[in-house]
Amino acid sequence: MKQTVNKEPSLVNKAASAFIVAVVMIGFLWFSVTSIGLELDFSTLSQYRQRLWEGFLMTVIISLASLIVSLIIGSLTAIGQNARILAISYFCRAYVQIIRGTPLLVQIYFFYYIIGTAWGIDNRYVAGVVILSIFEGAYISEIIRGGLASIDHQQYEVAKSIGLTPAKTLQLVTFPILMARILPALTGQFASIIKDSSLLSVIAVIELTQTVQEISADNFRMFENYFFVGVLYFILTFSVSMLSRVLERRYNHEYRVNQYL
Amino acid sequence: MNIELINICKTFQAELVLKDVSGSFDVHSIAVIGPSGGGKSTLLRIIGGLLTPDSGTLKMDGEIITFSKKYLHSYRRNIGFVFQSRGLFEHLTAMENMLLPLVHAFGMAKSQAIEISSKLFERFGLSDEKNKYPFQLSGGQQQRIAIARAVAVKPKLLLLDEPTSALDPEYTAEVLNMLGELQNDGLKTIIVTHEMGFAKNACEKVVFLANKQIVESGDSSQIFKHPQTAELQLFLNKILEWKV
Ligand SMILES: Nc1ncnc2c1ncn2[C@@H]1O[C@H](COP(=O)(O)OP(=O)(O)OP(=O)(O)O)[C@@H](O)[C@H]1O
Ligand SMILES: [Mg+2]
Repeated sequence: MKQTVNKEPSLVNKAASAFIVAVVMIGFLWFSVTSIGLELDFSTLSQYRQRLWEGFLMTVIISLASLIVSLIIGSLTAIGQNARILAISYFCRAYVQIIRGTPLLVQIYFFYYIIGTAWGIDNRYVAGVVILSIFEGAYISEIIRGGLASIDHQQYEVAKSIGLTPAKTLQLVTFPILMARILPALTGQFASIIKDSSLLSVIAVIELTQTVQEISADNFRMFENYFFVGVLYFILTFSVSMLSRVLERRYNHEYRVNQYL
Repeated sequence: MNIELINICKTFQAELVLKDVSGSFDVHSIAVIGPSGGGKSTLLRIIGGLLTPDSGTLKMDGEIITFSKKYLHSYRRNIGFVFQSRGLFEHLTAMENMLLPLVHAFGMAKSQAIEISSKLFERFGLSDEKNKYPFQLSGGQQQRIAIARAVAVKPKLLLLDEPTSALDPEYTAEVLNMLGELQNDGLKTIIVTHEMGFAKNACEKVVFLANKQIVESGDSSQIFKHPQTAELQLFLNKILEWKV
């Protein structure tokens, strides 16, 4: 009898592979930098510590606020897309199509300078969060709509037959199944929010990217500045993907089981 | 228990599925048989309060079932329903599937619910499956757990819609044995089935549903031996043609 065993790769194998990948990546970078005769000097950055920290915090705050608002927008429009009242359904679909079909940069200018001015929204931070949320909300809407559509209708039929109220069905059936399915996509979208927030620099929201632009005008060390800021963004998005793993473990039943098999 | 159907009609998108279905039955165990697409599932779902008829009256022990939201909600809790397949919540273990109705529909304390569930698992030889998810269970195990979940709340009536038609013969036997045992305990059941052996031997009455109506009904001991209508004779001939 032949048995197939799903063996984990050995520790040596893992370590060696990681080492090779690291060497190749760093080597490539180092080669590129030296071949154009660039000498990187990060020491000048330390005098801008305070501003960088503030920009970093602003990026975090804007991203978190946008995450919350875009989740609300996304959930409402996801449900609205299938609303019985046609006007609501059309509105939600048009919103998703238009926002997903145009670049964020265009939307920022349009909403900030035309709509924002017309309606008297002059706080650029509030405007920034609103614009970013409208943008990301359209993507989240599609994620949620797709997740809801993927749930087997029979699950609702079962819930009905055992006498669950609609509210309990939502809480005990729809929500946990939906979460297990869309959590990876949702956290991926959160990482996008963090990166997309850099575009708000064009309306002078002083977040990380805007901060680094200002610093560059001061110290003329573009490469170091942007390299450093790239690392900061990566730290943020990497934390999100780590967090996502923890959450997935909590919600994904198949994963939960396979842990112990 | 008595079930009375008076002129029940149901249409799906301009397609008439049930036409003036009428009849009065003393339920102990009823098997509903009939050709595919004849409206068996539709009728069962109406009796279970999962579907509202377009017209007609359903009475249970003389009480009219009004198909209002509020009434249905409490009505459904007293009726067990077992589906053809995929009847368990996919995101919950077997045990959690059992607990959900007890705790969240009946408001039972969790410890008591666990006690009841464990007893049922033990009785039907499912204890090893307690902590598995539906995708880790065989079709037969899933169906037996679905039945156990439905009877855990002590329903007045258990409805089953072809509970074995998605199963291999071996699993079919294990599910039907469990059902037979529950019927012997006095559980009232209505089962839609293609298992003529089970209909004949384990069910008291048989209802033959075809052409949108109840064509024939009677004691199972009689109806298979002496079918009265031409439709039932034809149906039985067709079905028994390949019998071993
Ligand atoms: N939700 C629905 N929407 C539209 N038509 C439906 C729906 N449910 C059932 N029907 C139609 O109603 C008719 C009867 O269906 P039903 O499921 O009650 O038959 P059945 O006797 O249970 O058949 P089977 O033995 O194949 O399960 C079929 O023609 C079916 O296409
Ligand atoms: Mg059917």
